[in-house]
Amino acid sequence: MRGKPMRWFGGLAGVVLVAAACGGTPASTASSSPSASPSSSPSAAAKLFIPMISKGFQHQFWQAVRQGAEKAAAQYNVTITFEGPENESQVDKQIEMLQAAINKKPNALCFAALDSKAAIPLLQKLKDANIPVIGFDSGVDSDIPVTTAATDNIAAAAAAADKMATLIGGSGDVAIVAHDQTSRTGIDRVKGFTDQVKNKYPNIKIVATQYGGGDQLKSTDITKAILQANPNLKGVFGANEGSAIGVLNGVKESNKVGKVVVIGYDSGQQQMDAIRAGTEAGAITQDPIGIGFKSVEAAWKVLNKQSVPKNIDTGFHWYDKTNIDAPDIAALLYK
Amino acid sequence: MRIGSIELTPARRTTLMRSDAVQRLLAFAALIVIVVIFSLLSPNFLQFDNVVGILLATAVNGILALGVTFVIISGSIDLSIGTVMTLSSVMTAVFITEWHMPVPVGILAGVATGALAGLVNGTLVAKLKIPSFIATLGMLNVAKGLALVVSGLKPIYFNDTPEFNRAAMGSVVGGVIPGLDIPNLVLVLFGCALVAGLILTTTVLGRFTFAMGSNEEAARLSGVNVDAWKMAVFALAGVFSGIAGVLIGARLNSAQPSLGQGYELDAIAAAVIGGTSLSGGEGSILGTVIGAFIISTLTNGLRILSVPQEWQTVVTGGIVIIAVYLDIVRRRQQQ
Repeated sequence: MRGKPMRWFGGLAGVVLVAAACGGTPASTASSSPSASPSSSPSAAAKLFIPMISKGFQHQFWQAVRQGAEKAAAQYNVTITFEGPENESQVDKQIEMLQAAINKKPNALCFAALDSKAAIPLLQKLKDANIPVIGFDSGVDSDIPVTTAATDNIAAAAAAADKMATLIGGSGDVAIVAHDQTSRTGIDRVKGFTDQVKNKYPNIKIVATQYGGGDQLKSTDITKAILQANPNLKGVFGANEGSAIGVLNGVKESNKVGKVVVIGYDSGQQQMDAIRAGTEAGAITQDPIGIGFKSVEAAWKVLNKQSVPKNIDTGFHWYDKTNIDAPDIAALLYK
Repeated sequence: MRIGSIELTPARRTTLMRSDAVQRLLAFAALIVIVVIFSLLSPNFLQFDNVVGILLATAVNGILALGVTFVIISGSIDLSIGTVMTLSSVMTAVFITEWHMPVPVGILAGVATGALAGLVNGTLVAKLKIPSFIATLGMLNVAKGLALVVSGLKPIYFNDTPEFNRAAMGSVVGGVIPGLDIPNLVLVLFGCALVAGLILTTTVLGRFTFAMGSNEEAARLSGVNVDAWKMAVFALAGVFSGIAGVLIGARLNSAQPSLGQGYELDAIAAAVIGGTSLSGGEGSILGTVIGAFIISTLTNGLRILSVPQEWQTVVTGGIVIIAVYLDIVRRRQQQ
């Protein structure tokens, strides 16, 4: 589905009907796999079938997770599908996707819960059917998942707070522009950053925490309003990629480049360019490819009766101008 | 029910205008009240930079609202304007960065993409008789899907054509009057509003837009080619979506394929707050522009005061309800 040839779809009218036919649910199948779903018994003849229900689909972060998952699928010779709702508030859509995946009688299932409690009845069903569940990206409040491959977002955001404290000299006003106040990652990152500042840096004050849904334009306007209301602001933390891009944009439009320390999260071309140019001090990167790879790998291991730890910490790293091109960091960044 | 041909007589239209004027006056008064309140509550509100911020934040929504005002007055609805904007933005990026069209040509082609999508909407509604709510809901998804397909799920950056961003964010006004750095993007908003106002009040298209919305059957019986004019109205909305797409691309210096949904509701809200009647036949461009400013001013002010996000949403929603209620009261008095 990806790649440049599709851009030749320039003639809009001609493809409207085609797209209308497939425009409903964004879903995709790993390129190596047949579309028919194999039966439930893991035999040597049939490939193992492991659907992945993600929290999102169209953001680059999820594309990187998918990339890692496909890599593992190829390596372990299993069939995966990767799908997720359009945005991180569509809990109901995700539950439907989970239900549909269960109906295909998978061998195992990887699941990144939008709302960890909402999915429990369905997960129980999987448990009753002896289908192992692997959590990825964020945990589920339940014992059902055999393991969870995820970033410790609280620790990662706390690390961002430490960097912020160093960069602004240990005192002053800072603000947070986050993506969502109800999703797990939104809650954890705001909490991680806020708690660290409260506990460790009494001279730093978080004067505003606002949410732009990860929408670059809204986050831009939010940042400008925060800067307007707090002329002495020393730093802003953008808690996901879209938020960080909005923060960068808002700082630029307010002519505060160089006066306000910007710290971001995840990567993407725009943040990487800004970090290289020095307009963004640095960012926390997770290991999205690792998250995808390790969750499929864990599923394979479980199905082959190998032991897996209860939590797989996929790690996070601070990167800035000095190490953005270092091989171990560059491998984690997506454009 | 009103009887058809009467709608077209000058006297009747004057009354309509006059009742519109009441709502416009109310909306304008509300805007002033909002500005005064925020100015009293925060010294940072009524400052040049922040006013520019509000103007910028109004531009995209305001231009989308101009288009949808025509559609609503004509008695239909267009839910696709937000994602058609996104598609136009992505296509503009493809035209400029992939096909290497000169920037002005790429902009025109991007706007044409919007117009084409609008024309498809118009055809679905006028020729295939699909209710506009459903037809444009379909287009919402088609445009959203196409934007993702064409972009390969990734933002496309205008890094090789910095003049694109400069054209929108630079300031012609600032060049003439030093210090008055109002970005050109804001001038585009006012230019579009002026053109839209002239079309609505002085052209045949405008007159028939009102006529169709007041009583479609009567308009048809009086010899108006309703199908053709309806298509024109939707195409016009598409043009404005296209312009909004170009502007959002220029402001973010990138085409972001995953935003856009939800923008249609803000635009419809702006039109309704400004006195455009959802039952058709009534509305004005001035009202819509004021409505758009009410939304962006309110959002900006609440952000500056650091009102919690959830309450910001509640307040904005409440304003829409009050506006519609006032509209209903006014209509009742008229009868």
